[in-house]
Amino acid sequence: MAKVLMKGNEAIGAAAIKAGCKYFFGYPITPQNELPEYMSRELPKNDGVFLQAESEVSAINMVYGAAGAGARVMTSSSSPGIALKQEGITYIAGAELPCVIVNIVRGGPGLGGIQPAQSDYNQVTRGGGNGDYKLLVFAPANLQEMVDLMQDAFDAADYYRNPVMMVGDGMIGQMMEPIEFKSPSKRYELKDKPWATTGTKGQRKPNIINSLALDPAELEKHNERLQVKYNEMKEKEVRYEVYNMENAEIVLVAYGTTSRIVKNAINELKEQNINVGLIRPITLWPFPEKAFDEIPTTCKSLMSVEMSMGQMVDDVKIASNGRWPVHFYGRSGGMVPTPEGVIEKVKELVGGAK
Amino acid sequence: MAIVFQKTKGLTDKQTHYCPGCTHGIIHRLVAEVLEELDVLGESIGVAPVGCSVLAYDYFNCDMHEASHGRAPAVATGIKRVHPDKVVFTYQGDGDLASIGTAEIVHVAHRGEKITTIFVNNAIYGMTGGQMAPTTLIGQRATTAPLGRTVEHSGMPLRVSEMLATIDGAAFVERVSVDTPANIRKAKKAIKEAFQCQLEGKGFSIVEVLSTCPTNWGMTPIDAIKWLQDNMIPYYPIGNFRRPGEVK
Repeated sequence: MAKVLMKGNEAIGAAAIKAGCKYFFGYPITPQNELPEYMSRELPKNDGVFLQAESEVSAINMVYGAAGAGARVMTSSSSPGIALKQEGITYIAGAELPCVIVNIVRGGPGLGGIQPAQSDYNQVTRGGGNGDYKLLVFAPANLQEMVDLMQDAFDAADYYRNPVMMVGDGMIGQMMEPIEFKSPSKRYELKDKPWATTGTKGQRKPNIINSLALDPAELEKHNERLQVKYNEMKEKEVRYEVYNMENAEIVLVAYGTTSRIVKNAINELKEQNINVGLIRPITLWPFPEKAFDEIPTTCKSLMSVEMSMGQMVDDVKIASNGRWPVHFYGRSGGMVPTPEGVIEKVKELVGGAK
Repeated sequence: MAIVFQKTKGLTDKQTHYCPGCTHGIIHRLVAEVLEELDVLGESIGVAPVGCSVLAYDYFNCDMHEASHGRAPAVATGIKRVHPDKVVFTYQGDGDLASIGTAEIVHVAHRGEKITTIFVNNAIYGMTGGQMAPTTLIGQRATTAPLGRTVEHSGMPLRVSEMLATIDGAAFVERVSVDTPANIRKAKKAIKEAFQCQLEGKGFSIVEVLSTCPTNWGMTPIDAIKWLQDNMIPYYPIGNFRRPGEVK
């Protein structure tokens, strides 16, 4: 198929419809508005339903209802809106229902700003809502990757009966790039949904969608079962890219659009005979801890580069497990790191290490 | 021998957890009988709330979905948009619907969502132990209004049916009571009309049912019924506020 030039938010919508998404419930918030706008135009043409809810809270609860009813359903929002959705997300995870949630991240805390940020790392990987649950979290670095991951996001949600989050910083939503809609991979073997609320027709026992278990022993059992599922995700779903790892003196860790800035810095440093590698998590959860086993013996330290005041850096420390000193470089509030900024910081570290 | 009475197929055999004298049992039965009589049990999907009726999913003999606090109308909206040909209803108390869920109930009515809501108003939070609700009457004691509710501190009790009747998308709005056999029959008639309104695609329908809470009101079941008659009905008048085709 030929490449088309699309804005990120609209490409997300197009990819979701191609992945079989039939229902979208959302609420306006910048910088993701082009996505619900696109869905309001295109879903009805594709036998689907778009509905603008009265709030993010209602939108995610409509998703909860639609997912329970057996539909392929999605919502999108941006950071403060995702915070509002967390209640619904933990219910959906607890009731083991599939859905896809898109988060086009903006700066915080509070109302924050509307420029790109990665300061939702903790919000999307640490549960966000109450209880012991996990989301499968994809963080594409460009529009093509985002489009390619969308089919897997919906399929994985169905396969695991768990919410999947697609995280893009504001740039992913707002930038335009050429993309190609490839024929979807068939990575997951999907089953029917005999558990869905479709009406008994008098032919089966009632289906109950529920996250309540008042008996502590029963709830513990439920949590243990969820953990088995999360462990399967840890085993099968980790995705990452490594770049320029050979003879690297320092390995940087960056995701999303930040990783592209970091690659520019790495290429520039290479010309100056400084070897710097990159680990780029594509799944933020499960975090690609095993990528750190590929770090060469030449490496003296790690540095997490983020559009935040330092959130993923905690996971980098856990993954490094004391093997390397871990540094941090970040910009926040909608300020974007520059290759020059990264280069300067790397040179400081190299100088210090030598 | 001819059978003159039997339990509705609309309820499961599970023993309910409701307190002695609570009228939830009557209201459950009315809803279940209506679903059976309309022959839509196999086509129905109910949404249970958070509150005393949180376990309603174990009692209604149809597909059920347990919502978070106040969000039942949003969950029901998601279900109805996926299955527009099914009968979708919510069963909510006054803490759930009239306090934390006001946005959801107003907007489900505003959209004219073709679902039915059974709103059980007993003027108190039952499940959490008798705290004040927006529907608690002036002077009524609650564990968070130990000296009784005052207008100065908490305003006047919220009349939900009157409020929703101002919204065009609310096709059927009626307040009923289950304090006497005659009123129970009227309540069932209203519940049936509400579901018929949904089946005919007329819009959102709601029946507010005045109910007792002997446990948290600190009364015997008989005294609680009398208190409802003497105090609730005068402030929350029973009757129809809106039905399809009528302009009020």
